[in-house]
Order: sequence, then C-alpha cells, then structure tokens
Amino acid sequence: MAFVPPKESFAGRVFPVTIGTGVQQTFGGENTLPFHSFEGEVPNRPLIAYEIQDVPPEDWPETVRKLYDGVSDDPVKWAKYCEEELKAKAVALRLVGTHPDSKDLSAEDAAKTVTDVLGAIKVPLIVLGSNHVEKDSEVLVRAAEAAKGHDCIIGKAQEANYKTIAAAAMANGHKLIAMSELDINLSKQLNILLTQMGFDKEKLITDPMCSALGYGLEYTYSVMERIRLAALAQNDAVMQPPMLADVGMYVWKIKETQAPEDVLPEWGSLEERGIAWEAVTASSLLMAGAELLIMRHQKAVEAVELFVDELM
Amino acid sequence: MLIIGEKLSIIAKRVREAMMKRDKGPIQEIAVAQKNAGAGMIDANIGPAEDGGEELMEWMVTTIQEAVQLPVCLDTTNYAAIEAGLKVHNNDYGTPMINSTSNDPERFPMLELAAKYDCLIIGLTVGKGGLPADEEERSAIAAEIMARAMEYGLPLENLYLDPLVLQIATTQEQAVKVIKTIKMFQELNDPPMKTVVGLSNISNGCPKDVRHILNRYYLALLMYEGLTAAIADPVEVIETVKTIDVIMGKTLYAHSYLEM
Repeated sequence: MAFVPPKESFAGRVFPVTIGTGVQQTFGGENTLPFHSFEGEVPNRPLIAYEIQDVPPEDWPETVRKLYDGVSDDPVKWAKYCEEELKAKAVALRLVGTHPDSKDLSAEDAAKTVTDVLGAIKVPLIVLGSNHVEKDSEVLVRAAEAAKGHDCIIGKAQEANYKTIAAAAMANGHKLIAMSELDINLSKQLNILLTQMGFDKEKLITDPMCSALGYGLEYTYSVMERIRLAALAQNDAVMQPPMLADVGMYVWKIKETQAPEDVLPEWGSLEERGIAWEAVTASSLLMAGAELLIMRHQKAVEAVELFVDELM
Repeated sequence: MLIIGEKLSIIAKRVREAMMKRDKGPIQEIAVAQKNAGAGMIDANIGPAEDGGEELMEWMVTTIQEAVQLPVCLDTTNYAAIEAGLKVHNNDYGTPMINSTSNDPERFPMLELAAKYDCLIIGLTVGKGGLPADEEERSAIAAEIMARAMEYGLPLENLYLDPLVLQIATTQEQAVKVIKTIKMFQELNDPPMKTVVGLSNISNGCPKDVRHILNRYYLALLMYEGLTAAIADPVEVIETVKTIDVIMGKTLYAHSYLEM
C-alpha cells in the first residue's frame, strides 16, 4: 500500500479581512497552520504595508531614510511614491508627530493628513497613532472620522484606551487593531472586551506586540503561534482574527541596523545588515502566523514577497 | 464538554402539562433558556409514552427545533416514538442522539435504529439483571454493547457509554467507582470511547440546597477523567464546565472566560 502522509485538520479558521474601497486587499481566511496548503486552505497571501509618517522620519537610520529622500517631507508625496514607485499593496500612516514628545500635532492636524493621504492613493490605508495612550484616543477618533467610507484599519486600541478608539472605528466603518503587550491571555481578554462592546470580531486584527530578531523575537513568535493554535485547534472564536506584525518600527531602531561599519567592521555592510534584519524578522513572524506586516525597506519587502511566493 | 440540557423532562410538572396540552410556549421557553445557558443539545424525555408516543416525540422535536438550532436527545423506551422523532429531526442543527440502549435485549433495537439513521446513541452499561457492582462489571457490559454496535454497523464514535451514576445518599461507594469507570471506558478503544452521564442522579434524594453542590463537584471530577458529555442543567453546571476546561487547558484563559 502506498504511503499516505497523515494530514492534520482543524475545526477553526482565521477570519478573512478585506480592507480598502478603491483597490481592495484581503488577508487571513486560512484553516491551517501558516503556509500548510498541503493540509488545508490558504486562500490569501499575507499583506505587506509600507510604513510612512506624518512627519519626516528623522529617527530612521540613514540606510532606510535615504530611500524616501525628496518625498518623506510630505506624507501625501510619500504615500503616492509607495503606491506608484514601490507598488505598495497597502500603506500604513503612522501619526507619530502627534506624540507629545514629538511635535505634539493636534487631532485636527492628524485628520487633515489622513484626508490628504486618502485623496492621493487607491490602495488601502492603515492609520496608526503614536502609541501614546491618551493622545491616541483623541487623534485616532478624529482620524477615523476623517477616513469614514474608506474602509481603513485603525490602530492601535489597547486596554487603557480601547473604548473610544473602537467606538470611532465602529461608527466610521473601519477595521481595528487590538494590541496587548506580549501576553496571550491579555490578548484574548482585550478581544473579549471589544466584542462585548459590540465590535464585530471579524473586523479585528490582533497585534500581540512585535519584537525584532535578537530583541525578544522568540516571545512574539511564541505568543503568535499559541494564538493561532487556539484559533485552529481549540476553535476559539475570539482568537480567530488575523494577526499583525509591526516589523519596521522595531527593527530599524536596534543596534544591528544602526551601528556603522567603521565601528563594527566585522558585522559587514550596514545597509545589507538592516535589510536582512527586517526581512528575517518579518519572514519569521509569517511562519508564526502573522498575516499583516508593516515594513520600511523596499528590498526587505521584496525579499519577503519572494519568500511568500516560494511558500504559497 | 457537551452539555445535554435535562430540563425538558416529563417528570417536571410544568413540562408534563405542556406536553399533554401540546402547549409550545413553556417547551420553547425552557429550550431557549437551556441553549442560552450553554447547552449543546436538548434532551426530550417523554417517559415510556406507551400511548401516542410517536406523535408526542414528533411534536417535541419540531417544537424544540423551531425555537433553538440544536440537535435533540430523544429520551424514551418507546422504540416507535424514537423513530418518529428521528424522521422529523432537522440534522442541519446537529446529529440527534438516542437515549438509550443497554445490555437488556429489549433495548437492542435502539442500536439498529441508531445504525439506520446514522445518529448518536447512549449505551447504558446495565443488563437485564441488577445494577453493575463496579468499574470492571461496567466495562464488561460496555464491551458487549460495543461488539453489538459493530455487528449492527454503528461506528463506535457514535456510541456514548454511560456508566450509570447512582445516588450518593443510598450507594455512596458507587460514586468513586463511576469516576474510575469513565477512565476505563476510554481505554476500551483507540480512539477513546466517548462517555456520558446523567449527572443529577448523584444528588437524587438529597436536600435541595446541597444538590447543586454535589452535582458541580462531581462533574469536575468526571471531567478530569475525560467525560465527553453530561445530561445536566446547563444553568447549574456551566461555570464548572468552563472552569474545568480552562484548568485542563482545553480553553485559553482570559479574565472574562466565564462570559464567553
């Protein structure tokens, strides 16, 4: 008798999430472990969004900042550049300038930026706050209103501010990122709280919090893996939203992507090192179950797309 | 774990009256309340139903399924009534269950029905004689029921073995023996046999204010040994089920786990 490899099948399935109104993108929807298309259905590719900011990226290392010279002084130009030149499938606008320690831009400023960027691109937009709990609950509410009708992703809602942000996302027809800090049980708890206030769990994206290779990647990896197993094997509906890996922000601030070649010549080319670091972090988290990635360097994005081509 | 809601029983006065008058209101209200409390199946116990059992079971199944999208556990010794109920059962809501067969030849035809309608069935591990003495005797009877099921062409995964829970107030030593039986039943086959109990029998005859305590703690111990299903009051046991599922690692913990 011919050998038949055993197949593992699961009762649960990750919710597919579609975003955007002009060009639409869908991610999630699989009923098997990442890329296990030999065991189940993997209907959609992971989606990679290019990260842009409302203010010039002064704290990004030169190796990635220089890619956006001439456009990064204006989020509208920057977004168009990503769509037209880099063929971005989605854009993630981080409103980092609203942080009180940055430029402390107002919610109105943020809303205008969102409106302007939406007017310039056709691909879906992800709108991210500055990760300041109080400020985000003002900024993201106005941003969600400004983006009404564009079917964006708004984020990130955390335990301390989820109510206002979720209410605004719900009222304006957006998807929502729910972020908790590397704790699978708190991640589930936040998703429960969101569904209890009436937010549709099929419109959620879980962010268990990212970390870069060498800086706790294994924690993110493990939490993501366990979330996915709860979704599939235990058929736990609140754990079935797709997951986000917010890679670029974590990778491009570590020593390995910043230390100059003259200081650490044995580490090789700084630029290649940074690209490799972002690509390896991203592809590892795809293996752990992430379906949505936010990244910065074009060459890293291209490497990850190639990786996905190989596995799909 | 599957909770089979026990509240639609002819023993309860309100249910009996509703059955006799064919009054859908109370039946559907109780079915909905049990589903909302966590039942995954609704038991319809119409008693021996020697007269008009077929029509009564048909009415019960359709009345319940009009109100809740759940399968029904058909609970009577009347073979014809079971078949009538199976014929009208909406299997889109789940596979129905027959309650029950046993090692008593009078109950063998129930197994044939289960095979014919490809449904689930409870195998009560008692024979025509007296009650089983211990886990060994229960397992010996279980093996006979399993052999008969295979003979009739019923897949063993459709068979739920019931060790017969006895009253703690009269046969205290049986309580632990039943717990041991749950473990032993599973070892009778690979994949493990499924198991079910009529939970509230443990506290039958006990004062009302201790019954729910006995039921819940007993269920926790049975679940620890791997119990698949319990015929029980979901309102009473749902916290126990959710908590033991969390402790046993079957559900991911979150602070609000009881609310899910």
